[in-house]
Amino acid sequence: MGVESDDTATRGPLGRLAAALHGPNTMGNSRRFWYLFGVVVLLFVFFPLYMLPSAVTNMSQYLSLVLLALSLAVVWGYTGVLSFGQVAFFGVAGYTYGIVAINVTGPLGTIAGLVVAVGIAALFAAILGYFMFYGGVSDVYVTILTLVVVLVLKTFLDQTAGDEWTIGEAALGGFNGMPGIPDLALGIGEPFLVFNDTVLFYAALLAVLVTYLGLRALLNSDYGRVMVAVREDEDRTEMLGYDVKRVKLTVFTFGGALAGLSGVLYVTYFNYISPSELSLTAASLPVIWVAVGGRKTLLGPIVATIFIERLGLFLSVNVGDWAFVINGLLLLVIVLLLPEGLLPGLRDLVSWIGDRRGDSDTDDTTDPTGEVIE
Amino acid sequence: MSDTADGMDPAVKQTSAELATGVDTDTILQTEGLTKRFGGLTAIDDVDFGVEAGELRCLIGPNGAGKSTLLNLVTGALSPSEGEVYFEGHEITGLDPHERIRHGLSIKFQVPSVYEDLTVRENVRLPIQRLAAGSERDERMADALSASGLSAKADVTASALSHGEQQQLEIGMAASLDPDLLLLDEPVAGLSVDERTEIADRITQLNAERDIAFVVIEHDTDFVAEIADHITVLHQGETFREGSIEEIEADPEVQRIYLGGETDA
Repeated sequence: MGVESDDTATRGPLGRLAAALHGPNTMGNSRRFWYLFGVVVLLFVFFPLYMLPSAVTNMSQYLSLVLLALSLAVVWGYTGVLSFGQVAFFGVAGYTYGIVAINVTGPLGTIAGLVVAVGIAALFAAILGYFMFYGGVSDVYVTILTLVVVLVLKTFLDQTAGDEWTIGEAALGGFNGMPGIPDLALGIGEPFLVFNDTVLFYAALLAVLVTYLGLRALLNSDYGRVMVAVREDEDRTEMLGYDVKRVKLTVFTFGGALAGLSGVLYVTYFNYISPSELSLTAASLPVIWVAVGGRKTLLGPIVATIFIERLGLFLSVNVGDWAFVINGLLLLVIVLLLPEGLLPGLRDLVSWIGDRRGDSDTDDTTDPTGEVIE
Repeated sequence: MSDTADGMDPAVKQTSAELATGVDTDTILQTEGLTKRFGGLTAIDDVDFGVEAGELRCLIGPNGAGKSTLLNLVTGALSPSEGEVYFEGHEITGLDPHERIRHGLSIKFQVPSVYEDLTVRENVRLPIQRLAAGSERDERMADALSASGLSAKADVTASALSHGEQQQLEIGMAASLDPDLLLLDEPVAGLSVDERTEIADRITQLNAERDIAFVVIEHDTDFVAEIADHITVLHQGETFREGSIEEIEADPEVQRIYLGGETDA
């Protein structure tokens, strides 16, 4: 699984790696794309040198939310399961990290918190997914059920203001939330690296890069093709001998873990979490990021998350309460005009212009080894 | 059964002759007392339906006779109200569809069911990638493409294919699972005469060369006469008649209910 069959024998390890990242399921299969990608990565790497510290820390927040968007891109965009519940896994991981890291002091406590939080988010997704997919819940009912789970969790967390909801040193705090959540840190006893400010930015950037490249390899592997097959036609895929329920459960669990990682990074940015992360608005945001960017792509949700969050900040600074209205209208226009999303829309526009110019030298269909990919 | 082999190519004749001398172990599919009720409607009523290895069986009957329901009970898309399904000696009644497929069943749906947004090559890859890797996978994909007559259209999106090409593609995908029994639900509905001939050739070829048994649901009697070893007539959810094409065509009761029937539309 995961290895492209086409002439791997004639390629070195680098060629094999390149082949693993390419295929019909992700955008950007050209040499030109990877040049541009390298430039953008460098811009991000040197971001703290030419931007204000506040812009850098804001960007860490957006980058941690990108992981939440990618979790939904995989579950919905590629496997066809529209989950409104990604913020549930995000929130559960955030709270879990807080409880563990507050109670187990020191860097090891924060690492334990990260591992336990992602594990609990995955377990939660696995249990919910098992009862949904093996219980015959499908399509729009998955969407409704996952949204209900979010709202039930939020309602529950709102009620946890009392002392009986203090776990060790960590008070859940009801709708006021849980303050004093420590930063992630590395070290034994004394931390030698604390993930705050610029360090957190680089950690989030690394997490997004690794996740993006890893997901590219996954989606273009045999398993990724089965995920897309499940999205396109569940019955046909089952009748080709694939266990559709298990594929959906596996992807949903993985998506829960990724949303959990996003939640941990996010709470270490604010050192705080509250039930508002599980509000109806919060639950709809990942769906908006993914729909606007292009749900059948990875790059689209990444770009859209950063763009929409940054735009939201700009608008709320400049127009106050009108920010939501303007932002919402913009998103509506994009989704109505470009139903496949911003990036696929731009790609089609570029190729349309290329066709009109009779431009035959675009290398959009060529991979880095110079070989034509469908 | 041997009298049905007239006009067929020698390989099929041989298969049929082998079957004629076969014992019970040659039965590849057997349903026992299979019943399916939808509310007050009994779509399939106590059906014992058997198919032998390498056989080419056609399943006919008027609309609403329960043909597709029977196929869906065999694949597991539907669960029976009563009765069992046996495949190659194993009971498969409680298995999920994908488990039955892995036992050697395969199906082409009534409505051509290909992945429309994927290329033809990606379509063909999906059944094959589960069974083969590396150069063997490439070979099998190339074989499946050429057998479907779609080598030149490998990089075309499946939605751009004609109806007939989609039927060929789906048969190719279903056949590339290396099944022992392939179920085809109306493979030539809505096709031209030429396309029908191509599909008929494809079926008889797969049957002869790869020894795949078939159950084919079809309304077109000429097509049935061209390919079938043996025919089962379903009527109102029950097995009405079984026999050779000559026996079925000569049967006045079948004539009445199905072949140009006067009392039943």
